[in-house]
Amino acid sequence: MKRLGFIVNPVAGIGGKVGLKGSDGAAILKKALELGAVRESGRKALITMKALKEIEDELIIYTWPGEMGEDVCREAGLSVTVLGSITPGHTTPEDTIRAAGQMKELKLDLILFVGGDGTARNILDAVGTEAVVLGIPAGCKIHSGVYALNPKTAGNLMKEFVQGKVKETKLCEVMDIDEDLFRQGIVSARLYGYLRIPNESRMVQNLKSGRGFSESASIEMLSNYVANEMEKDVLYIVGTGSTTASIMEKLHLPNTLLGVDLVYNRRLVASDCTERELLETIKHYDKVKIIVTVIGGQGYVFGRGNQQISAEVIKRVGKENIIIAASKNKILALFGGSLHVDTGNEEVNHMLCGYYRVIVGYGEAMMLPMTD
Amino acid sequence: MSGKQFVHPYIPNSEPAVKRQMLDAVGMKSVEDIYEAIPEHLRFQGKMDMPEPIISEYSCQRHVEGLLKKNRNAKNNICFLGGGTWNHYVPSVVDTIMERDEFLTCYVGEAYTDHGKFQALFESSSMLADLTGFEACNTPTYDWANAIAIAARMASRANGRKELLVAGNMDPDRLLVVRNYCKPEIKVETIAYDKATGLMDLEDLKSKISDKTSCVYFENPIYIGALEIHAAEICRIAKDAGAYSMVGADPTSLGVMEAPAAYGADFAVGDLQPLGMHMSYGGGLGGFICTKDDKEFLGEYPSLLFGVCKTQQEGEYGFGEVYYERTSYASREKGKDFIGTTTALHGIGAAVYMALMGPQGFRELGEGILQRVAYSKEELKKIPGVTIPVSGYSYCDFMVDFSGTGMTVKEINKALLEYDIIGGKDMSEVFPEYGQSALYSVTEVHTKEDLQALFDALKEICA
Amino acid sequence: MAKMKVRKNFQQARWNEPMIYELSTPGLRGIIPPVVEDEIEAAAGDVASALPEGLKRKTSLDLPEVAQKQILQHYIHLSQETMGSNLSNDISEGTCTMKYNPRLCETLIGNPGFADVHPDQEPETVQGILEIYYEFEQMLKQVSGMDKFSLQPGGGNHAVYTAASVIRAYHEANGEAEQRDEIITTIFSHPCDAACPATAGYKVITIWPDENGMPDYNAIKAAANEHTAAIFMTNPEDIGIYNVHADKIVEAIHGVGGLCFYDQANANAFLGVARAKEAGFDMCHFNVHKTFGTPHGGEGPACGAFGCKEELARFLPVPTVEFDGNKYYLDYDKPESIGRVRQYIGQSAVVLKAYAWSRMMGAEGMRECAEISVLNNNYMLNIMEKIPGVTHAFQGNGITRQEQIRYSFQELKEKYGVGSDDMNCRMGDYGIPWFWSSHHPWVIPEPMTLEPCESYTKEDIEEYCKVVEIVAGEAAENPELLKNAPYHTGMHRRVEEEDLDNPDKWAVTWRAYKRKAGVE
Repeated sequence: MKRLGFIVNPVAGIGGKVGLKGSDGAAILKKALELGAVRESGRKALITMKALKEIEDELIIYTWPGEMGEDVCREAGLSVTVLGSITPGHTTPEDTIRAAGQMKELKLDLILFVGGDGTARNILDAVGTEAVVLGIPAGCKIHSGVYALNPKTAGNLMKEFVQGKVKETKLCEVMDIDEDLFRQGIVSARLYGYLRIPNESRMVQNLKSGRGFSESASIEMLSNYVANEMEKDVLYIVGTGSTTASIMEKLHLPNTLLGVDLVYNRRLVASDCTERELLETIKHYDKVKIIVTVIGGQGYVFGRGNQQISAEVIKRVGKENIIIAASKNKILALFGGSLHVDTGNEEVNHMLCGYYRVIVGYGEAMMLPMTD
Repeated sequence: MSGKQFVHPYIPNSEPAVKRQMLDAVGMKSVEDIYEAIPEHLRFQGKMDMPEPIISEYSCQRHVEGLLKKNRNAKNNICFLGGGTWNHYVPSVVDTIMERDEFLTCYVGEAYTDHGKFQALFESSSMLADLTGFEACNTPTYDWANAIAIAARMASRANGRKELLVAGNMDPDRLLVVRNYCKPEIKVETIAYDKATGLMDLEDLKSKISDKTSCVYFENPIYIGALEIHAAEICRIAKDAGAYSMVGADPTSLGVMEAPAAYGADFAVGDLQPLGMHMSYGGGLGGFICTKDDKEFLGEYPSLLFGVCKTQQEGEYGFGEVYYERTSYASREKGKDFIGTTTALHGIGAAVYMALMGPQGFRELGEGILQRVAYSKEELKKIPGVTIPVSGYSYCDFMVDFSGTGMTVKEINKALLEYDIIGGKDMSEVFPEYGQSALYSVTEVHTKEDLQALFDALKEICA
Repeated sequence: MAKMKVRKNFQQARWNEPMIYELSTPGLRGIIPPVVEDEIEAAAGDVASALPEGLKRKTSLDLPEVAQKQILQHYIHLSQETMGSNLSNDISEGTCTMKYNPRLCETLIGNPGFADVHPDQEPETVQGILEIYYEFEQMLKQVSGMDKFSLQPGGGNHAVYTAASVIRAYHEANGEAEQRDEIITTIFSHPCDAACPATAGYKVITIWPDENGMPDYNAIKAAANEHTAAIFMTNPEDIGIYNVHADKIVEAIHGVGGLCFYDQANANAFLGVARAKEAGFDMCHFNVHKTFGTPHGGEGPACGAFGCKEELARFLPVPTVEFDGNKYYLDYDKPESIGRVRQYIGQSAVVLKAYAWSRMMGAEGMRECAEISVLNNNYMLNIMEKIPGVTHAFQGNGITRQEQIRYSFQELKEKYGVGSDDMNCRMGDYGIPWFWSSHHPWVIPEPMTLEPCESYTKEDIEEYCKVVEIVAGEAAENPELLKNAPYHTGMHRRVEEEDLDNPDKWAVTWRAYKRKAGVE
């Protein structure tokens, strides 16, 4: 028997259809509704919840009242335990945070939420990496990696999770763009943190060719390798994210998950540096290298979640001194695509194009092209 | 092909009408339309230069039998070779099972469609573990030598140490395999042995063992025909130094000899050949590795491990792979291993053999071999100029020194062929300190008459 | 014409066979070993009892005690719960060339002139088997264009490992072993092309395919440099697309001083058609147990024939088999040899069988195997691509496929939640052996790799496709049917699989099982 939480952000995605690029903020929401936007997120979630109806006997569902989950569950024919209270028609991000927080306290097996990047940030604020969650995509902005592909696949994954077929979890990025800048046409995605989601990587028996590795094992191996291969008398700019965090862990150094740290001869030189600090510091070192990972599902190496490592920093360090490391699964998810850069500087973007050895394991690399 | 057109019995769709029909279905004129995808300059333009095909099976059989007739064999000769492949009796039941097309021609299917194969290999591992005294055993690897090499790398990954100490009295051919497989990560060093007893020199072991030593490997029975009476002590010395110990054992000896686990070994390795495989010019080999049932060890097996599990049908033994993601892979740095096709069928054959023998069979087999060997040694010693250079008891294999006869092993073996006897393996080059010695092997297949024939022949030859 | 038949009422043997231990009754036995003659016994005495205490077995030996008929019966039952390719439609095993294994070859290895020959016999006494080794090697040289072969490796992966060892020896001889520590391989090559060099201590760089499914030539150019020891690649890779850049790739690697190894596990469809030599490779290997008609034995015994150009022959494992015009002999005189990868000179039984098969085929017969294999594959593809829910890798790129195809059930997974494994389980109910999905990780999602080699009839191919179609249809109508399959094979769907990963519950031997499950 599994205990599931279910939270709908009823206004998620409402801005998209009326061209508002996001729904964060009360004024925008009001504007959206005035423009005739329809609340769609509940409808999307219904597909998932109907799939769960098939395994109703194996789960207990906790949700919030009315449009925050109860309605959808009832429509799917699911019986639920309703928590909390809301003002119908006027739910706020704080409601999402309260709901998720309450579910974390109840130590539920998984919290299913419906929304977009803004919703994911609310969930992150409430639960951090303490609870297992999964997003059903319904927002206008889906830069975060915490979502299932669509409501249907969310349903399938939930079934496998409930039936114990998917047990492993992984950390995925919560990313969001600055909506004010976005509405002015400037994309600037930030990495806000990580949520823990079920990892569907299929550890099926594969007798012929040996076994695959879980996400965590893969990161463990590659970070051991990167840490072991670090050279003497080289300043390393260690980028953002959980993969680079794991490398820092191997060096027994404190790490800023969402920030950029500097390492020299296996010692920490500076933490959570700004672009200016980076530019200032690298002046004093003969050899500088950058260690970064791929952030988000679109293959971005620079310009998403690590803007501190700016075009200028990259230019000074040099293309040949960039080390990219990412888990095999993350790289394979890009199959058929390439790495991307978006430093905001076309010349640098162009300079960065070409093939890279992405470190994916201990002494294992994959050649990937980078395009701008 | 002899000008005659025919449809090959192994290639049904080469029948012209069928072939035409299939080509029509895919809209092609000829198979060339498929090969067009290969650029001209990458195509082989000539014709392979091979002997004309032997189109009838009967003719092929006659041809191959003609070649095989040129081989001397242990059926029309008395063969005294051992040392890694032994001349044991192969029960007909073993052959019957190994020839079943179901086992013979299956591959790497899941237990859902190959349930029987999984169970047979599970039972095989179980019985090997009974013999060696452990609770875990892999599915077979290539041979004993590869089993040592793989286990050495397992040990090195498990304790992070990079030196392997091996008994200098081990088979040098096995050592060659180990040396290559341990490159470049693990350093291999040999430990001296006492010439008179054939046993490991414990002082040399103590002087070489250190906190860098990952594992100490020794054989028992020893390749050069002794039984390692210090086995327990070697294991203790290894343990005191924080190293593992690994024993290479002839599994057929374990009905009378102590189980390696019982005297403190961490690994037992060896070959499946003596467990019901024909000698087949070296084609009978298959390696096994046994360890304790600890995460520490199971996490390091590169080979498949089949375990029992439940299925939807209550009471049914299901099978699957144990510890699928050997998680210690995550923390290890280097020293990966590959898996692949090895010698699974020999594992199944060995299962049948071990089941047939049972505890009584193994005990009687061992007792009988010990007696035949002891008897043979005593009788051989009586031949002028012949000595037994290694003292103590032996199981199957033992050294015979002909230095006193003034003849070389080569000469003696050549002369023995006149008597339809295949003499022991010439050791004069690999173990020169034993002079003109040969490694003889006596098993349960040797009757008193066979042995007497050897004694008589040697008496005449050496006279 | 033969009739195509789908086995709708198939039922595999399901004996509910107890463990051999559960058949045990103390005192029973399966066989009596030869009894020692009285005279020997009298002279030698009770040696076993006289052994030093530490050597004498005191641990009880808990082997089963069963009479012979019951042992035979038990293992026949288990064999019947196994689907060998000689008794089933084993198009299932893409990349493995599950072809017919002639019974004649099994008769041959039972000949005492082979079965009872010891590997340490002097070469003069084994001229027959040495001739077989030598002559088979001559044929392999023709198939590949290489100059010298070793038949010592015990399987395909082992041959690839041998290649890595030879490469290391070559660079050592040139004083470049330290510098050249990288191997390049491609993602659709067999995973052993990465794993074996890694075992030999190399770093591995993997190349992705270009938009046509061929290894990205520019990526290889970018990866190759003074650290490159070699490239290991299959061609075609496991998706059946012939790599037209093979020679350019070889040139690029040679250009930086690296060696080129051609994994020819997939050689069957190219016998007499395309060879390692023409593309410029330095080394190659064959899975003798795939291409040359010998059985797989449920994962061996096998033989991986490793071939190379003359300049690398000095590094081959010892001994090699040579012929002086008069007699065959073993050559150990190779001071730069890598040593050995296996005891003796390899899996002789496999070599003998492959020799017999090759002699029956000859050059034309081998070529016929190749041609019918690629025809079979294209005939199969033509049917498969019409089945709803079935797609294949790089579909519609306009390139004609060669010997195998990697199909995908991703559409079924997305629509109905059933994937490759569920399809596999259910197809077993129609008598189809477990098919090969693909190696990890699944680059092509929910994969199925099929290789209909020359042994299968048109009707076999049609039956196979029909079963795929039926089961894919079942997936759409009733996905649960697939998720709980199989129903008609020797074993039901596993439950509580997590026990297999739990140290307190897993058991790889009966002793461990008894202890953990509390069985007496």
